[in-house]
Amino acid sequence: MGKIPKGSEKDHEGDEMCVSEKKEKQQDHSGVSRRKFLKAATLVGCTAVIANPSNASAYKEFEGWPDRYGMLTDFTLCVGCRSCEKACNEANGLPAPERSFDDGSVFNEMRRPTQDAYTVVNRYQDPNEPDKPVYRKIQCNHCNEPACASACPIHAYTKTKEGPVLYDPDLCFGCRYCMIACPFNVPAYDYDSALEPKIVKCVMCYDRIKEGGIPACADACPAGAVTFGKRDDLLKLAKKRIYQKPDRYIDHVYGEHEVGGTGWLYISGVPFEDLGFPKDLPNKPPIELTKGFLGAVPVVFTVWPALFGTIYAALKHRDELENNKTEHQVKEEGEK
Amino acid sequence: MSHNGTVARIDDFRSWFMDKLLMGMSWPEYMRKMLTPFNVLAAIILSVGIPVIGMRFIYGLSAVTHASHDYPWGLTLGWGLFGGVPLSATGFIMATAYYIFGFKGYKPLVRLGVLVGFMGYLFAVIYLLTDIGRPWRIYYPMLMGFGTASVLFLVAWHVATYLTVQFLEFSPAILEWLRSTRVRRWANMITIAMTIAGIILSTLHQSALGAMFLLAPGKLHPLWYSSYIPHFFLSSSVYAALAMVIIVSALVVRFMRKSTDTNFRDNLDRLTIGLGKGAFIGMFVYFALKLIGVAHDDHWGLLATPYGYWFALEMIGFVLLPSLVLVYGVKKESAGIVRMGAAYAVIGVLLNRINVSIIAFNWQMPDHLHHIIPPWQETAMVLAIVTIHILLFRWIVNRMPVVRKEPGYDEH
Repeated sequence: MGKIPKGSEKDHEGDEMCVSEKKEKQQDHSGVSRRKFLKAATLVGCTAVIANPSNASAYKEFEGWPDRYGMLTDFTLCVGCRSCEKACNEANGLPAPERSFDDGSVFNEMRRPTQDAYTVVNRYQDPNEPDKPVYRKIQCNHCNEPACASACPIHAYTKTKEGPVLYDPDLCFGCRYCMIACPFNVPAYDYDSALEPKIVKCVMCYDRIKEGGIPACADACPAGAVTFGKRDDLLKLAKKRIYQKPDRYIDHVYGEHEVGGTGWLYISGVPFEDLGFPKDLPNKPPIELTKGFLGAVPVVFTVWPALFGTIYAALKHRDELENNKTEHQVKEEGEK
Repeated sequence: MSHNGTVARIDDFRSWFMDKLLMGMSWPEYMRKMLTPFNVLAAIILSVGIPVIGMRFIYGLSAVTHASHDYPWGLTLGWGLFGGVPLSATGFIMATAYYIFGFKGYKPLVRLGVLVGFMGYLFAVIYLLTDIGRPWRIYYPMLMGFGTASVLFLVAWHVATYLTVQFLEFSPAILEWLRSTRVRRWANMITIAMTIAGIILSTLHQSALGAMFLLAPGKLHPLWYSSYIPHFFLSSSVYAALAMVIIVSALVVRFMRKSTDTNFRDNLDRLTIGLGKGAFIGMFVYFALKLIGVAHDDHWGLLATPYGYWFALEMIGFVLLPSLVLVYGVKKESAGIVRMGAAYAVIGVLLNRINVSIIAFNWQMPDHLHHIIPPWQETAMVLAIVTIHILLFRWIVNRMPVVRKEPGYDEH
């Protein structure tokens, strides 16, 4: 957490001295009416209240690891050769596919990442030029604040400082809430395994990155459609391409802001919803949506015992009063 | 050790066994008594369902469910966890009404509520254990890794703690069955603390089950997705619990009359109407909250879509209508009509949970709804667990003082 610079407190004192406050001060010697005084007091109070939270939020927000890596896929360059699928399969030691990587018939259906494939390429129609196919590569997007990691009750997911989101099968008990939470439906589950089922998803070739290499799919792409690099640089590159060829691209870098930003960025010549991208995702990370609920938990833990304990005590007290009264009356009647 | 002593001890054990476990019958008598149509049906269901559960642990989940990469959760969790937990709020609702708010007249139904709640949670965990990939790691959120930012982490801890709390709440009945006096006194001393712990844990995790879906905007249909979803889940569990106590108590009187005492039977109709009143008030609150939810997000326009019709059917046909049946029953002072309304209301709660977890989830997927009809294996598995649930409930109510007073134990 960043510290507040020393100078900033002084600055804020200056901010609080708002215009109306100064005016009231100038009028001080010329006699202040009660109404004016109240008005001033209210204003001072208000500024104090408003100024304080802004002070509190002056700490630096964590915006992700600096220099983290990302990927950029340019759908206008992808030719659908599936070299990336093949390279991924080999680099990650995945089982051999049912149909070979040269078999174009896979494009007749829409596929998704599975327990045997970290990445797949699907074919779509360009809405403007129906004869021209558009290919979309799918894999984990390595979000800045991943929903899967927010969902996992055992902390099996880690957003590494290098950028890839990693999953540890040794911690997972298989609830699959990460799959429910992932806005892109990426994690796959090994349902066929009875004893050692696990989540399977792209790891952005973490081991290769650590050794200074680049992910297998980017390495294999003959068309230059998949680029590896620092996320910040890739974002600039994506915007530069759009800027230089505005006719070729739609003006949107998918992943710059979606669900708080993803590590994998996309640019395209056709609207992203035509390529099956979810279109109604909020720009804030999903974890922000549960923070309010989770924040209420400690309040319930502290307030409920006091509240319900008091209700119990109050009703018991009333019972006791009634009982005492009857006893007292009984005694009086006895004395008579 | 003398021979006579051993014989005497064996006799002691035999009479204890007959008294406690065979309900005072000898073994042949007991076995003859067990041959009822219901038990035959139960045996058939179990003989199919239990091997299927075995298959799940030999061939994996893919052999028995339609669970897929896009639809990780199906009937087992939709019914067992999301449907079962709101119907198990009975323990917290009845204990709170009786011990904290002083509704002393509802005494005959308190233990029943606690038992239904305890068993509901127990079986929610059992459904979970059949559905998660590696059930033997169920304790991992408590020991191996702490996903403190996860709503499910909260649910896991609360269900585990609340199961313990409810066991302690029910323990007086077990101790009376075993004729313990000292431990039973200790168990009484912690009642108020346990009840308040129950309120904390229940309010939090009933709502947390709804909050779990907050992470999935865009995947859950906007009419069901709302920032209010934790409140929806909590408030519907309140009336679900009241309705559930109405239904279960009626079934107990109908099918297990011998286990009830006159105090229970004589008061039941009157108490049923009282609970029905509570239930319809709860339903009005829930209905109003749901309306506020639609208004808050300004989703009125979505009502004129196919999913909107389905939503309207749920709200009018399965919340408003059953609540009106309850109002009518209460007004006519007819316990029978209240029971019908209660059953209707419970179906409505189940429908809502199935809608959120299965029908309105992933609504944008192509070919969505193909997975709604579960495979026969998953149905058999769920039916088997339901059957075991009922058998265990009957076993307990037949033996322990749940819907009757145990002679020799004072009021509490």
